[in-house]
Amino acid sequence: MVQEKKIVIQAFNFYYNSLQALQNINLHVRPNEIFAIFGPARSGKTTLLKSLNRLTDLVYGSSHAGTILLDGADIYDPRMSLTQLRRRVGMVFDLPTPLPMSIFDNVAYGSRLSGTTQRRRLNEIVERALRSAVLWEEVKDRLNTSALRLSGGQQQRLCIARILALEPEVLLLDEPCSGLDPVSTASIEETLTKLKENYTIILVPHNIQQASRVADRAGFFLNGELVEEGTVYQIFTVPKDRRTEDYVTGRFG
Amino acid sequence: MMHFRTRFITQGIAKILIWVAALSTIGVMILILFQILKEGLPVLHLRFFLDSPRSMGREGGIFSTIIGTLALTVVAIIFATPLGVGTAIFLREYTRESRISRLIRFGTDCLAGIPSIIFGLFGFVFFVITLNMGWSILSGGLTLAAMILPTIISTTEEALKGIPYSFREVSYSLGGTRWQTVTRAVLPNAIPGIFTGIILSVGRSIGETAAVILTAGSSLIIPTSLFSPSRTMAVHFYILAREGISMEMAYGTGATLILLVLAINIVANWFLNRYIRHRA
Repeated sequence: MVQEKKIVIQAFNFYYNSLQALQNINLHVRPNEIFAIFGPARSGKTTLLKSLNRLTDLVYGSSHAGTILLDGADIYDPRMSLTQLRRRVGMVFDLPTPLPMSIFDNVAYGSRLSGTTQRRRLNEIVERALRSAVLWEEVKDRLNTSALRLSGGQQQRLCIARILALEPEVLLLDEPCSGLDPVSTASIEETLTKLKENYTIILVPHNIQQASRVADRAGFFLNGELVEEGTVYQIFTVPKDRRTEDYVTGRFG
Repeated sequence: MMHFRTRFITQGIAKILIWVAALSTIGVMILILFQILKEGLPVLHLRFFLDSPRSMGREGGIFSTIIGTLALTVVAIIFATPLGVGTAIFLREYTRESRISRLIRFGTDCLAGIPSIIFGLFGFVFFVITLNMGWSILSGGLTLAAMILPTIISTTEEALKGIPYSFREVSYSLGGTRWQTVTRAVLPNAIPGIFTGIILSVGRSIGETAAVILTAGSSLIIPTSLFSPSRTMAVHFYILAREGISMEMAYGTGATLILLVLAINIVANWFLNRYIRHRA
C-alpha cells in the first residue's frame, strides 16, 4: 500500500515574532522520493524543514498558520506526540553536530531516550544504522572512540546514522554537505540515493548541481514563497517562472 | 616618525605596568604563604594532625578541628549543590528571561554581596535558636550552604551558557524530552564548570570563620553526630591568635589549612582532567 502523499503542506505561514518567514506554502511530498528545496539564503528553506518536525517550537516568539499533514494527520494537533513526531521525521543539520561522546553512544542516543538499554539490541541498532549510512566499515573497530575525532564527512554520515537508528519515515537534510569536500559530498550523495528506497527525503541541497544529481522533484523558494515546483528535469530545463529561470541560470543568488 | 615613537613609548609603558601588576600579585601571594608556612611548618608533625587539642589548644594537635572542618564543608556542599545546580538549570533551561528569572537572579546577586558575619547572624537566629538545632555541624553547614549558594548558581549558569545550542537541538530532534536533553546532552558537558564552582565553594567554606563561629560553636570535642557542636580549623586559628593562647599552634593550624586547600585543589583537578580526557 503506497500512499500517494507522505507530507501535505497547506496554506502554511510561519512567523518569527512579526517577521514572516514563510508565506502561504502549498506543497506535497510523495513517499520514497527525494524532494529538493532550493533557493537563495534567507528564503525560508530551513524554517520549512524545521517546521516539518516542529523544531521551530524551540524558537521563542514563533508562530504559524495553516496545516502540515503527515500521513494525513495534522502534526500541530495537540494529540500529536512531539517526541514521536521527531522520531518519525528525522533531521540532519547543515553542520555536522556529533555530541561529545563515543561513536557508539552518538548512534545509540535516540534509542536510549526511548528506553532501549539492552546492550545486544543496541549493538544491532548501531551496526545497522552505521551500515545504512555507509560508515560501518570505517569505524567498526573504534566504536568507543570519541565521535569528535572523525573527519567532517564521517561526522555528517554519523549524524545520518544517528537518525537512521530511529527508523524514521522522513529524513530532513539541511545542506548536509555544506562543510564537506567533494569526495565526502559524493559519498553522502551516494548514501542518499540508497536511502531513497526506504525513506522519504527532503533535501536542502548544497547547490543546484546537487539538486539535479540526486533529487526527483524540486521546489524553488524565494523570500519565504514557493515560486514553483516540479520534476527536477522540468524545473532546471524549462522553468515556468521567470525568477526560477534567473536563479537556475545563475543570474542571481 | 613622531607618531611611531609615541606608539613605541606607550607600548613600553603598558608592558611595564602589566608586568608590575602580575608580579606584585604573585609577590603578595608568596609573601603570605611564606609567612604562614615559615611559622607553621615546624609545628607540623603527624601527631599534630592526629592528636586532639589539650588545654584549650595550647598543647596537643588539631584533630577534632580537622574533622569539624571537613564535616561542615561536606554538609554545606551536600545541601548547596543540588539547590544551586537545580536553580541554575531552572534559570537557563526551563525559563526564558522573565520576571521570575530576573527576580531570582537579583536575589542571588544580593545574597552574593552579603558579608559572611550576616549569614552567621541569620544562621544563629534561624537554625540555632528558632529551629532549635543548637550550635551544631548541621546549623553551621546549612549556614555555609546559604553562603555558597550564589557561587554555585552563577558558575553553573556560566557552564550551561557555554554549551552549544546545537547539542540541545540535536537531542530534541532525536525525540528527547526537555529533562532527557538536560540530563544527557547538556549537564554532562557542563560538569567541569559546575565542578569548578563547587571547588571554589569548598575553599570558601573551609576558610570561613565569622559565619561558623556563631552557628557551629567552638567545642573542641570530636563531633559524633550532625547535632554535635564543633570548632573548625579557621575558628581554632582565630581563637588561638585572638586570645593569645599560642601563636605557634595558630600558625600550625594556618599552615594545615593552606595545605588542605591546596591538596583538595590538586585532587579535584586530577579527577576533573581524568573526566575531560575520558570524554574527549
